Amino acid sequence: MTDPQNQDSAQAPPVPGPNQTSRYADVSLLAGQFSGTIAKVTEALGEVTIVAGRDGLIELLTFLRDTPRFHFNFLSDLSGLDLGEFATPRFAVNYHLYSLVHNHRLRVKVFLEEEDPHVPTASGIWPTANWHEREVYDFFGVIFDGHPDLRRILMPADYEGHPLRKDFPIKGY
Amino acid sequence: METKEIVVPTSSVTALRRPDPLADQRMTISLGPQHPSTHGVLRLELVLDGETVVETRPDIGYLHTGMEKTMEKEKWQQVVTITCRMDYLNSMGNDLGYCLAVEKLLGIEAPPRAKIIRVLLTELNRISSHLVWWGTHVMDMGAMTGFFYAFTEREKILDIFECATGARFHQSYFVIGGCRGDLPEEFPKLMKDWLVQFPEFLKEAKRLVTGNRIFQRRTRDVGRISGEAAAAWGVSGPSIRGSGVNWDVRKSEPYSGYETYDFNVPVYNDGDVWSRYLVRMDEMSESVRICHQALERLEKKGPVMSNDPKLKLPDRELMKKHIDVMIHHFLLASEGFTVPIGEVYFPIESARGELGFYVVSDGKERPCRVRVRAPSFANLEALPKMVEGQLLADVVAVIGSIDIVLGDVDR
Repeated sequence: MTDPQNQDSAQAPPVPGPNQTSRYADVSLLAGQFSGTIAKVTEALGEVTIVAGRDGLIELLTFLRDTPRFHFNFLSDLSGLDLGEFATPRFAVNYHLYSLVHNHRLRVKVFLEEEDPHVPTASGIWPTANWHEREVYDFFGVIFDGHPDLRRILMPADYEGHPLRKDFPIKGY
Repeated sequence: METKEIVVPTSSVTALRRPDPLADQRMTISLGPQHPSTHGVLRLELVLDGETVVETRPDIGYLHTGMEKTMEKEKWQQVVTITCRMDYLNSMGNDLGYCLAVEKLLGIEAPPRAKIIRVLLTELNRISSHLVWWGTHVMDMGAMTGFFYAFTEREKILDIFECATGARFHQSYFVIGGCRGDLPEEFPKLMKDWLVQFPEFLKEAKRLVTGNRIFQRRTRDVGRISGEAAAAWGVSGPSIRGSGVNWDVRKSEPYSGYETYDFNVPVYNDGDVWSRYLVRMDEMSESVRICHQALERLEKKGPVMSNDPKLKLPDRELMKKHIDVMIHHFLLASEGFTVPIGEVYFPIESARGELGFYVVSDGKERPCRVRVRAPSFANLEALPKMVEGQLLADVVAVIGSIDIVLGDVDR
């Protein structure tokens, strides 16, 4: 499902956008590795995004956490995104990583098809992912395989539907 | 008759005792959602062994109002009215985070004076938020008086907000491109008077509570979490700085000109309720320092709103004379403006920790998605880790020490 385009990763270090001095990690250090997982690397507004596939995602995230030159020991955010009911792939899951050691960030993005919204859980890598994944499941219906406790978190347990999907009416059903 | 003392090795004492009929009878109790110590509508399912907490299961969502969904139907500029209602104690910070994220998408910056006003009011809001935390935290531990002192002091800050923005609570004063209007003339004096008397209050608060032996016994060595564990659990803000991690977004990724202000980041190493308490107390003094510096810089006048005609409503006098200006105003007010396609993640330091706005634009006049990384949400997730093996009475102290706002957790 992934199409390696590693030539994208060899680009100049990102420049911070206006109003912001966030630094993003130099992903050229990844060159050659995880070519089966990383579909492409993009950079916009000073923010670097790794678009990854599901296969090998956990290995990639574990690598990013454990390798000293990345050291992403803090998962800032894990969020879902619905690109609209007619878009393919329809869903995306974003991992916003931060390193308390190097003070740099990175976004890892996984696109998911509507028929198969499954992605492996990251709660074994960062325990904080547990609740974030429950929230994404609650609002988007994305299934996190291997999650220890995948229940709704903010909506009532007997609620039907996933409210942040674009085809869910704002007033509710 | 001679009695013979039987010496029993200590390790076998427990084995000789009759089995306790109540042993291993765990009890599950529900703390909240209407309990005042849960700071809102948080419900905790606590599994207790005697008075010791074995397991904690937070149950959240009572205050969920679907704000992220509502934002998708509002125009870019209107979303500010929702962000300040999320973390209602730190409303300025929430508005600031959203505005900065959208400004980054638009590729614009607020004018210098607007940046100074933003820093000044956000720091003031941080103090008012910490005052509520201080009042409720000491009240949870039995000191009712502190609550009244803190709220009296906070009232003065709300008066300043009312003077500056017209609203006390949900100001929506920061808008994309700057601030809604310039500060009134009487603002600097009001602010100066308050800045002079506030350190007196801090001194009093420290004398009343910080030096109190009962308070220290209730907080030292309670609810410990190590720096590594705190990072893994996504704890941020004053809560992680109480565990010896020197990380403040204002320093590490400065925004809105924070790099030009002189302030320290208080860090304490014990990782307990006491350390987190000290961090917040020191932070109030540091915020006062920032306010002083910002107030000095305010003397220089200038525009407070970006001159971009796409963002700024036209001048009212011109509107009365020129039809094209009138049309511009009408279109801007009724249809809003569009934002280039893109996505940004913008972290700022709220009173509770890293507040991140992940904003996605599909090029329309409404956001495609606004995701809020709420600091209280992640901090609360670490609560079971902190209270494991603690006494039931300490759970209340630990909840107070992570300073959650349920509006921020549930959104």
